Amino acid sequence: MAKYLSQEWCDLYKAEINKSAAYEESAKTWEGDFYFITEPGGPVKEKAYMYIDLYHGKCRACEIVTDPNKYNPAFTLAATYAIWKQIATKKLDSTKALITKQSKLTGDMAKIMRYTKAANELTNCTMLVPTEWLD
Amino acid sequence: MWNFACPLIVYGDNALDYLAQVKGKKAFLVTDKNIVKLGLTKPVTDQLDAKNIKWQIFDEVEPEPSLETIKKGGIAVGKYQPDWVIGIGGGSCMDAAKAIILLLARPELEPEALSVLEEFNFREKARLMEIPTTSGTGSEASWAIVLTDTKDNRKLGLGTPEVMPDVAILDPVMVMGMPPQITADSGMDVICQAIEGYISTWGTSMTAGPGLIATRLTLDYLPRAYKNGNDLEARKEMMYAATMGGMCGSNSMFGLGHGTGHALGGIFHVPHGRTVGLFLPYTMEYMINGSEETTAKFAEIARYCRVTSGSDKECAKLLVAKIRALAKEIRQPLSVKDCGIDKAKYEKEIPSLIDRALNEVMTMTAPRVPGAEDLGKIFNYAYAGKSIDF
Repeated sequence: MAKYLSQEWCDLYKAEINKSAAYEESAKTWEGDFYFITEPGGPVKEKAYMYIDLYHGKCRACEIVTDPNKYNPAFTLAATYAIWKQIATKKLDSTKALITKQSKLTGDMAKIMRYTKAANELTNCTMLVPTEWLD
Repeated sequence: MWNFACPLIVYGDNALDYLAQVKGKKAFLVTDKNIVKLGLTKPVTDQLDAKNIKWQIFDEVEPEPSLETIKKGGIAVGKYQPDWVIGIGGGSCMDAAKAIILLLARPELEPEALSVLEEFNFREKARLMEIPTTSGTGSEASWAIVLTDTKDNRKLGLGTPEVMPDVAILDPVMVMGMPPQITADSGMDVICQAIEGYISTWGTSMTAGPGLIATRLTLDYLPRAYKNGNDLEARKEMMYAATMGGMCGSNSMFGLGHGTGHALGGIFHVPHGRTVGLFLPYTMEYMINGSEETTAKFAEIARYCRVTSGSDKECAKLLVAKIRALAKEIRQPLSVKDCGIDKAKYEKEIPSLIDRALNEVMTMTAPRVPGAEDLGKIFNYAYAGKSIDF
């Protein structure tokens, strides 16, 4: 079990992505990094940043970042802890979250939309991480 | 949290008279040259003239509108600064009107960026009305915008809930002259949206009703509208079916028939309704082979449509057979081969078809999501006209 928003959780997530043949296949041409931002609310008191670098079907880096200026990723995806938990446990579809403004994406939407399958596989990988949720 | 969105729907005989109630100063009409030539913009402009509402026509929308056309429309609407944008035509014109009104509010954006990521607040400037001249896409009751990236030969599924039209006017006079081929193509789109919306993983009780009714209306009235374009009752009911299909599909998302049909249409330029209608029975069979729960949903549709009684599986399979019979009756292709696509060219494009279908949001909301291998088989079976047995 790894605590959500810990470096240990990030390491496990990275390992799951790199084990996933389905992700690798669907993201074989993807190049782009993200900040997954957890907005304050519930058990999360301060904005939390997870940096993830995805390249050609593999995860090159996944880390908790305390200084958001450390990277300048191509995309950011922000939501509250409650929404992230629902997405990560597949109780909420990530596209529905975007449409209903429960999450906010910045970056090249047209590019993201060409990798819908890969986005779905990334969510599947979160399900495989044994997670100790903060609430 | 989810929502069900739809416009004010004004329908029936003389529905265009609603225009006499519209308040405004300037209307920007988005359409195509053929609609103008057929005189279908005239009943609208006559009403606007009577209300002293000035108007300008942008008639450059082509089938499957390109990003370039939308950019041109965005520039034109920016110069005109209307307080109404009115789409008149089939899905292409109505989708173009949605994109153009978004560019009125945000002229700095590229058409590819017309998505949920942006805020538009276009109603501070203008409102959106759609007047369909076909009974198919249901675009008048959806917030989806499908544009074509001609450089990449790819259809882009764009849109934002904000661009749900304010008003949809369904006046049968606008569809009476629709030729049989367009009646058939667009009608298959209706049934595909209704059935796929009904079984979608995003579907709920809110979307089930319009899906069921649209399916039954299409089975009952599409052959009549195809055979006799002057059949007013059939034309009216198909218009309502199209709008309800749009309400069902756009609020619950479509499915694998749309995912595969979009891929084929993007590469081989086959009309939208024809492609999604072609793949519908194959993808239904794929769903039936994968899940009793989805089979039961097809059976619900079949029973409501008085197709049959019996076990869920029997009902579901008979619904598939009924759709194939409908397609045959209205002379739609039953296989990709029937579309006149060369086998060698098709086989060369299979990897690209798979890649596109895999990355459609609509594929992801199907109750059984295929991987690349199954998709390849579906495309091959659909070419040969072979029922899906896996």
